[in-house]
Amino acid sequence: MDFLRPPSWHEALALKAARPDAVPIQGGTDVMVEINFDVRRPSALLDLNPVTELAGWETVDGRLRIGAGLPYGRLIAELGDRAPGLAQAARTVGSPQIRNRGTVGGNLGAASPAGDCHPPLLAAGAEVEVESVAGGVRMIPIDAFYLGVKRNAVRDDELIRAVWLDPAPGPQHFSKIGTRNAMVIAVCSFAVALHPGERRVGTGIGSAAPTPLRAPEAEAFLADGLDGLDWSGPLPEGLAERFGELVGEAVSPIDDVRGTAGYRRHALAVMARRTLTWAWNDHLAATGMVS
Amino acid sequence: MKVTFTVNGSQESVDDVWEGESLLFTLRERMGLPGSKNACEQGECGSCTVYLDGSPVCACLVAAGQVQGREVRTVEGLADGGRLDPVQEAFLECGAVQCGFCTPGLIVQTHDLLARTPEPSDAEIREALAGNLCRCTGYEKILDAVRLAASRKADAR
Ligand SMILES: Cc1cc2nc3c(=O)[nH]c(=O)nc-3n(C[C@H](O)[C@H](O)[C@H](O)COP(=O)(O)OP(=O)(O)OC[C@H]3O[C@@H](n4cnc5c(N)ncnc54)[C@H](O)[C@@H]3O)c2cc1C
Ligand code: FES
Ligand code: FES
Repeated sequence: MDFLRPPSWHEALALKAARPDAVPIQGGTDVMVEINFDVRRPSALLDLNPVTELAGWETVDGRLRIGAGLPYGRLIAELGDRAPGLAQAARTVGSPQIRNRGTVGGNLGAASPAGDCHPPLLAAGAEVEVESVAGGVRMIPIDAFYLGVKRNAVRDDELIRAVWLDPAPGPQHFSKIGTRNAMVIAVCSFAVALHPGERRVGTGIGSAAPTPLRAPEAEAFLADGLDGLDWSGPLPEGLAERFGELVGEAVSPIDDVRGTAGYRRHALAVMARRTLTWAWNDHLAATGMVS
Repeated sequence: MKVTFTVNGSQESVDDVWEGESLLFTLRERMGLPGSKNACEQGECGSCTVYLDGSPVCACLVAAGQVQGREVRTVEGLADGGRLDPVQEAFLECGAVQCGFCTPGLIVQTHDLLARTPEPSDAEIREALAGNLCRCTGYEKILDAVRLAASRKADAR
């Protein structure tokens, strides 16, 4: 096995071009488990820790650009206000030790249907910035990023550099089902984001289909309903209820050790209703109306 | 490959490190630092917790090559000469150590907690230690030890 330590982003891209077989490693919280258990024996590891710029974030033309190497711990501490949905999800990842190492880029690289970053990124309408020497920069809309179970749209010679999203234009909430409050892979998870300016609603669902996904019908139904309310006043119970049902209908879950398909559908409907209610109350509070 | 890094304040070089090897293996099997324990090798138990550049991490999930030029502090580096760290003393006094397998990881994690949050609430203690498993003591004594260490440190200030 080779251990490659590029000191800069450009050298990382050059190495990846020369060695498409090299497996990138950041926090190692997915990669090292596989190596320790002999599930994977890569011909080379490409350590991205020395590329320190990956572990930061910035605001560019009003948009948030989160480096692929930003560990969860820093995301929680630094971006709770600008990316509340993602920060809420990050708070549920593993343990403090895992959150000190695990990164957003690693979560995208692993592309597990249960990864906790995916629902809030889908709900926010994020874009993933990938780059290669041959192809330059590609901005992949998050909807087009997940291709199958643990498969994503990143090519062999590309690396993930950052994820882009708008600083939250409205309330965002995330909810996850597990057997305890820490160290759980989601049985299923849900994120909602309200975009009051655009009169739009975003959703993201985890662990209930081969890939993380949105619930477009539920989004359209809710946006219509909220338009009817002129985005003010109390949330009719029937609206939240039906939104939950539509979220439950958007998925194709399986029965597995963590839960049955029927349980996941039901739980998603409940989580969708609840997170929407929280988000709506935040929205009313923010716009000066009482909930 | 050769990896050079700082361990408990002293710069060390280790030869013949396998590229897929974990920092935990390097510390225990090549450097004679068996304090950090190897239990699960998958980040679930926290027995291998060490500081990497000042943040507690699972040494079993860090590739040894990733610590090149960086700073690692293990449980062996917490005592001040012959004097145990207050966290270590509190664990002994409270009966928070039985077989001792989980202890080094809990001590490093508690050490970090008290450095950041000198007077943690019970909820904060539970949250901080959520990634450290103990098969023996049942956690109550461990929580007692964290509370005692916090109060000792407060008294010392
Ligand atoms: C005990 C434990 C608990 C966990 N709990 C959770 C949880 O609650 N929720 C959750 O979502 N996940 C959880 N995980 C999984 C893991 O921590 C996350 O997926 C994390 O985000 C991975 O980030 P990393 O930097 O450690 O990734 P790494 O292990 O370094 O990499 C992961 C994958 O991404 C690829 N990759 C990394 N960086 C790049 C890049 N820049 N470009 C292209 N590909 C790249 C790697 O090649 C690899 O395939 C847990 C893991 C452990 C061990
Ligand atoms: S041995 Fe590293 S967490 Fe269990
Ligand atoms: S004292 Fe035995 S595992 Fe904790």
